[in-house]
Amino acid sequence: MKIGAFTFGGGYAMIPLIHREVCTNKKWLDEKEISDIVAISESTPGPIAINAATFVGYRTNGFIGACFATLGVVLPSFLIISIISFILNEFKSFKAVQYAFMDIRAAVLALILKAMWMMFKSAKKNVISYVIMIVALILTAFLKIDAVFVIIGCGLFGLIWSLLNRKENSHDTD
Amino acid sequence: MILIELFMIFLKIGAFTFGGGYAMIAMIQYEAERHGWLTEAELVDFVALSESTPGPLAVNMATFVGIRTGGVLGAVIATLGIVLPSFIIILIIAKCFEKFKDSKAVKGVMSGLKPSVVGMIGTAFLSVGRTVFFPNGFHTVCFTDILFWIFLCIFVVSTVLAFRKMNPIKIILLAAVVGIGAGYGLGL
Repeated sequence: MKIGAFTFGGGYAMIPLIHREVCTNKKWLDEKEISDIVAISESTPGPIAINAATFVGYRTNGFIGACFATLGVVLPSFLIISIISFILNEFKSFKAVQYAFMDIRAAVLALILKAMWMMFKSAKKNVISYVIMIVALILTAFLKIDAVFVIIGCGLFGLIWSLLNRKENSHDTD
Repeated sequence: MILIELFMIFLKIGAFTFGGGYAMIAMIQYEAERHGWLTEAELVDFVALSESTPGPLAVNMATFVGIRTGGVLGAVIATLGIVLPSFIIILIIAKCFEKFKDSKAVKGVMSGLKPSVVGMIGTAFLSVGRTVFFPNGFHTVCFTDILFWIFLCIFVVSTVLAFRKMNPIKIILLAAVVGIGAGYGLGL
């Protein structure tokens, strides 16, 4: 098992791809481990792909593996974006590019809506949950409060709330 | 100076973003606005480009903002800033993996965090929506503007396509083609 080979698919490292490469092709980890890693990646801060790569790297090859896996995910992105950024600067004044971006923005709005829906689906469906959603929205959108504080606040609130409700929740299979 | 600032800000964003790149948009926007790095329209363009290029959305956006504000070195610094917290946190967790997995405390924190992320993506949605539909503020009459209706059509069609699990790259390309067509067709 070569560490260098860990630069698999580079930046395309989305979860299904990681799954196929690591689990099916290389047999580094089994199904259960992969699904654990995905769950952990989602509940730790930072980009999910980076978290997953670091984790897989660490699991298969220790610290060095983690370094190479992370580098492998970041490097292609980094290079591609650098190139695109320079090209974009050259072509920014072209009418066609401007037209394209005007409408692309409307499409991005749709993608954001989709992302919001996905996150909404994965959150718990209860009154507390909805209240947090609305409060977080008001705090960041209208009161312009730094999202960091909102995140810390909501995390703490979730923690305290779950501790207070521990007895009720112990019957909750969820 | 700007490099240190970039690093600290993306470190902060990397350390406090849960649930993927879209949750980051509101945060990047907040910082970019405060420091006067980018206009809202530029930020939305970056999101589109980040989404249609390979790699994690968050890393792509960090690289973009870095390049725009501090050149290639800025890009390196911003990317490093966004990756480092993940990297360190995961290394720590990987060691005490089993404990973390079933931790009641972690579940509790997540039960508060997930809804807050929905709210923050909502913030991104509102501000991007304002940029798209009301670029000159709410006071100008835009319902008579043909562009408003074109954007609305694209938004609705894209939403339907996105919810039908169409690849985001295809949606963005489609919007680009329509935009170029409409732009030349209307002779703007």
